[in-house]
Amino acid sequence: MSSVELLFRIVIGTLIAAVGGIVIGLAAKGVDRKLHARMQGRVGPPLRQPFYDVLKLFAKDNTVPDNAVGWMFNAAPVICLAGAITLLLYIPFGSILPVLGGHGDLILLLYLLIIPGLAMVVGGFSSGSPYATVGAQREMVTMIGYELPLATAVIAIAAKMNELFPAEPAFALSTIAAHPLWGEMGLLGIIGFAILAMIMVIVTPAELSKIPFDTPEAETELAGGLMVEYSGRNLGLFYLADGVKTVVMGAIIVALFIPHNLSPVFTGIAQGSIGAYMVDFGFFLVKLAAVVFFAVTVLRTAVARLKIAQVVTLYWIPLTMIALLGLILMMWDSVPMLHIAPWLGGA
Amino acid sequence: MSASEQHIGLDIAPAPGKKAPYRFQVGPIHPALKEPMMFDFTMDGETVVNVDLVGGHNHRGIEWMGMRRNPVQTLYLAERICGICSATHSFAFSRAMEDALDIPVPARAEYIRVIVAELERIHSHLLWAGVAAHEIGFDTLLHWTWKLREGVMDALEYISGNRVNYGMFQIGGVRRDITPEMVPKIHDYLDYYEGILGKIIHVFLNDKTVQMRTQNIGIATKEDVVKLAAVGPTARASGWKTDVRYNQPYSAYANLDIEPITPEAVRGEVVGDIYDRIIVRALEIKQSIEIIRGCVSQMEPGEILWEPKMAKLLMELKKRGGEGVGRHEAPRGEAIHYVKKVAGDENVTYWKVRASTYNNLLAWVPMLIGDEIADIPLIVASADPCFSCTDRVAITNNAGKTILTGEELHRLSVEKTRRLMQ
Repeated sequence: MSSVELLFRIVIGTLIAAVGGIVIGLAAKGVDRKLHARMQGRVGPPLRQPFYDVLKLFAKDNTVPDNAVGWMFNAAPVICLAGAITLLLYIPFGSILPVLGGHGDLILLLYLLIIPGLAMVVGGFSSGSPYATVGAQREMVTMIGYELPLATAVIAIAAKMNELFPAEPAFALSTIAAHPLWGEMGLLGIIGFAILAMIMVIVTPAELSKIPFDTPEAETELAGGLMVEYSGRNLGLFYLADGVKTVVMGAIIVALFIPHNLSPVFTGIAQGSIGAYMVDFGFFLVKLAAVVFFAVTVLRTAVARLKIAQVVTLYWIPLTMIALLGLILMMWDSVPMLHIAPWLGGA
Repeated sequence: MSASEQHIGLDIAPAPGKKAPYRFQVGPIHPALKEPMMFDFTMDGETVVNVDLVGGHNHRGIEWMGMRRNPVQTLYLAERICGICSATHSFAFSRAMEDALDIPVPARAEYIRVIVAELERIHSHLLWAGVAAHEIGFDTLLHWTWKLREGVMDALEYISGNRVNYGMFQIGGVRRDITPEMVPKIHDYLDYYEGILGKIIHVFLNDKTVQMRTQNIGIATKEDVVKLAAVGPTARASGWKTDVRYNQPYSAYANLDIEPITPEAVRGEVVGDIYDRIIVRALEIKQSIEIIRGCVSQMEPGEILWEPKMAKLLMELKKRGGEGVGRHEAPRGEAIHYVKKVAGDENVTYWKVRASTYNNLLAWVPMLIGDEIADIPLIVASADPCFSCTDRVAITNNAGKTILTGEELHRLSVEKTRRLMQ
């Protein structure tokens, strides 16, 4: 691939990823809000409400407080959205391979995941409000909190990949997506893998600042925290970034844990054809919706907001321990007695 | 001190010193507060070191208005002191008026008054529970609780014809009767509440995240509440058995067995935290349902008004004079109305309202100190504050010296008493 062709792919791919990510993200938010409302016994807003919200926000005045650091305050939402869209370039969608698939792996993804959160922290600190300052401090602490179980989960998967497929790069998402681990391991491994999936689901609401981990925004305590001084276009950009981040987190979980595709099931569709891509993409959206439903909607419907000290304690002690248990179970899976395949009559 | 910290509080100078403590203000307008009130916190990190309360943002001069109206008009004004305890203030005001002017109330009217007051307690406690759930980000519980509350509002509408300001009270009785045909439907409503209430209370008391946010947080000890004269569920949750319905039974409450509710019935001990306040209010809802059942079964046919003809009532009220006090155990605690009326005057001469939140304000100080920012909204909400009922003064010009110490106030009041006695 020549560098011109690569550049062309990046430009077109970024455009498609940005538009697609934003549209799917807002749609996911709409579904989330509707289901959340139904579970609370409310009617809820129409599914396209997030789109109306964005339109409204972009039509409103963009206020910058007098004591804010103007350029930083205005740059933060752009960086946040750009960071979230960059993440989309590394994640496979169904059988559509990522634009920059060969140029980065899970480790890069972990670092990139910090950028939107960091942009929010910078925006919060630069807005000159005590609420935003407290919110920004909490966001940093939350990020430190959930990195540990998140990294444990990623390392466990990569280690297993390295053990099973030593020829391929262990951290590459394409390797992980190509070999769903469920069928490759014994009973212990499957239990460990399921535990790690649960850890990822619990990390998601913290990444997205959703209840029970929405302490940085905490509407009733900090009046929006990080976001308190943001309005108009800037707030709209953060809103879009939130939608894109929802897609990113959902897509990462789908890629790591349920990368299965539907197109091989339909024998009538040729592999690699447009039809197969469409089927896989549709199936991907269903999986994404399911992940968002469990990781965001159900969780925020079922529990109260935690305090920042409780969030950190929860992530560092119980969840990291559980993640380590998952890791250990996956490592122990090499014990041949516990392989599930012979029990099922397979090889 | 960083640049951002210097901007905290636009008109208040930063606290001296290089780092902590810094100032953090909640209010007067803040999503955690349903009415305006300012909390000026001195913080160390996320921990509250000290707190100062600044009120007076919601003063409406309602007593001033009341003193320019006849007692019946003032009764309806009293109903509008608070949007939640509207029966409370009309109950306390009519009792104060009846005390001052020596007006007897028919027995049946007393029962109907208690039924309305207890339905109000149920809806107020449910409203509080919903707000508390919202403060900790548990909106699902908010919507469930308020759905149940709608049912209580329906019952109030069925009895009084109104959902918020019931217009049931009249000096010397009540304006609408509860006919025997209405009784089965009231029982249906009560059964409906009991059915759903169990589930909601179960979630409030057993949900892990609710427990994490409420247990051992916002503690006020029994000494604190006694010293600061807290009232209502705020005082009872700290183990102080104070309840006007029990300490000084009035109206139909004297005929009903009422025990002040304290949290040890559920928890085995009194901690005085937010969780205890949830327990007390939950049990009080159940108690209120029993009280209403008792009232409906004990009520006997009879008059509901001392004087049904309005013109005659007004004439009688004008003729009489005196001063009296009316107390009622509002959902938030004891509310007191003091009235004075000069015989021959058409208007109420003097009217003083002391709403329950006034007593509970200072109990916030021991509750808040030592807790975190995240706890502030819930601790503030846990006393079920109502600032519009409480505010009695508004400072419009802050340029001169306006804040009086206790000694100055005492000296001024002595001087005024001397002036009056001359």
